[in-house]
Amino acid sequence: MPTVKLPTQLREAAGGESAVSVAGATVGEVLSSLFDVHGELRDRLSDGDGGLRRFVNVYVDGEDIRFGDGLDTPVAESQEVQILPAVAGG
Amino acid sequence: MGATKLTCRECGADYGLEARYVCDRCFGPLEVGYEHDVKDVEHMRRRIMGGPQNIWRYHDFLPLEGPHPRNRTGLPAGCTPLVRADRLAARFGIREVWVKNDAANPTHSFKDRVVSVAANRARELGYDTLACASTGNLANSVAAHGAALGMETYVFIPADLEEQKILATGVYGTKLVKVKGTYDDVNRLCTELSGERDWAFVNVNMRPYYSEGSKTLGYEIGEQLGWETPDRVVAPIASGSLYTKIAKGFEEFRDLGLVRGDAPIMNGAQADGCSPVATAYAEGADFCKPVRPDTIAKSLAIGNPADGPYALDLARRSGGAIDSVSDDEIRAGIKLLAETTGIFTETAGGVTTAVFAKLAERGDIDPGERVVLVITGEGLKTLDAVRGTFESYWITPSYDEFVREVESGVRA
Repeated sequence: MPTVKLPTQLREAAGGESAVSVAGATVGEVLSSLFDVHGELRDRLSDGDGGLRRFVNVYVDGEDIRFGDGLDTPVAESQEVQILPAVAGG
Repeated sequence: MGATKLTCRECGADYGLEARYVCDRCFGPLEVGYEHDVKDVEHMRRRIMGGPQNIWRYHDFLPLEGPHPRNRTGLPAGCTPLVRADRLAARFGIREVWVKNDAANPTHSFKDRVVSVAANRARELGYDTLACASTGNLANSVAAHGAALGMETYVFIPADLEEQKILATGVYGTKLVKVKGTYDDVNRLCTELSGERDWAFVNVNMRPYYSEGSKTLGYEIGEQLGWETPDRVVAPIASGSLYTKIAKGFEEFRDLGLVRGDAPIMNGAQADGCSPVATAYAEGADFCKPVRPDTIAKSLAIGNPADGPYALDLARRSGGAIDSVSDDEIRAGIKLLAETTGIFTETAGGVTTAVFAKLAERGDIDPGERVVLVITGEGLKTLDAVRGTFESYWITPSYDEFVREVESGVRA
């Protein structure tokens, strides 16, 4: 199963875990599985309309999903999905 | 201090003045909130003018505790020249053009302003290590400020930066980490690291304090124009933080009655090879799509700009725009500024000058306006940009040869 790496800001809402393995073949499916396990993460990350909040960045093996197909970006079993705050740098 | 809290710009949640940059509830950016009390404007102006010749003269408006501004240690930033550029103005038939030359900072870019604030706040919060993700200028500044304050530093840069910027960082004895990838890759790594190490990443966990440093550009321009706002400001956009915070500086001083005049029109400048904010502006979007940068303006090569939405909002709200220019226009911009003002800027300043020229040629600038160009960095750091852009003469030390080769106009 793909692994989801969580930033420090989200770990408390995920029972202190820094990484969680959940099922899914796309980023959207992986996040949906993640939200099923840790419901509070849905409120933090989801815009309530099927998308992500605008200051959330998601990467698959280091590649921003906006360079792929967004939430439809495919995720292989061995890949790592990383969630990070977008507000950094510059 | 007048700073009272950190507030989420998205959902309005409040936090204490700690090392925190993201709202726990919605991931929105946090910004410093203030409660200023300026009862006597003339007294406050005198208090500022009586302060040191650096950004600590604006101490009352920055998110720091003690000591008294005169007793601060470290590298003093700011109070850079505002140069009247009549020859540049005359080229375009505009009444007044001024160049805010922020290359005249200790490490030759505006980054000394933001690092001064972030580094001092980091010390107040008990950190002994500074770090950053940088396109070059910030690396210079963090390494230098760390040396001046006696703090350990880690600086992370894309491996392909200009050699001058790498050399001018390593000299300070920093832990210099070259990362294989773009700035956005470096930034992702640093965002992750900031959660795993107890360091003050100036532009990650210290970002609310860091970005406040850029307000001092607005304060200074207002003070240097005799406590008046200019009609228009042209500034570069990388993350969008500088651009939006300059406007915030004017807004705060206008609200407090310290400067007179309308809010300036804010024009943002990007390079064609990395123009996510200019593209979103042109498309009428309120959020930026990330891009993979490919431009000589490496200091502006942020493909995923954190403050993009706020920069778009400011451009529209202020009656400005966000434009982009090609690499050739950037080189021409560097040359134009150098030949008309005597100021040699890096590629980012070439972007700003070229966008100014574009606006003027397009007729967007009224001939009666007072315009300020914010020149953020030094030409000596990006020498490759001017290599091959001019010719020179080669002669032996002979009078006859000088007359023949040089004065007759035959070029080597």
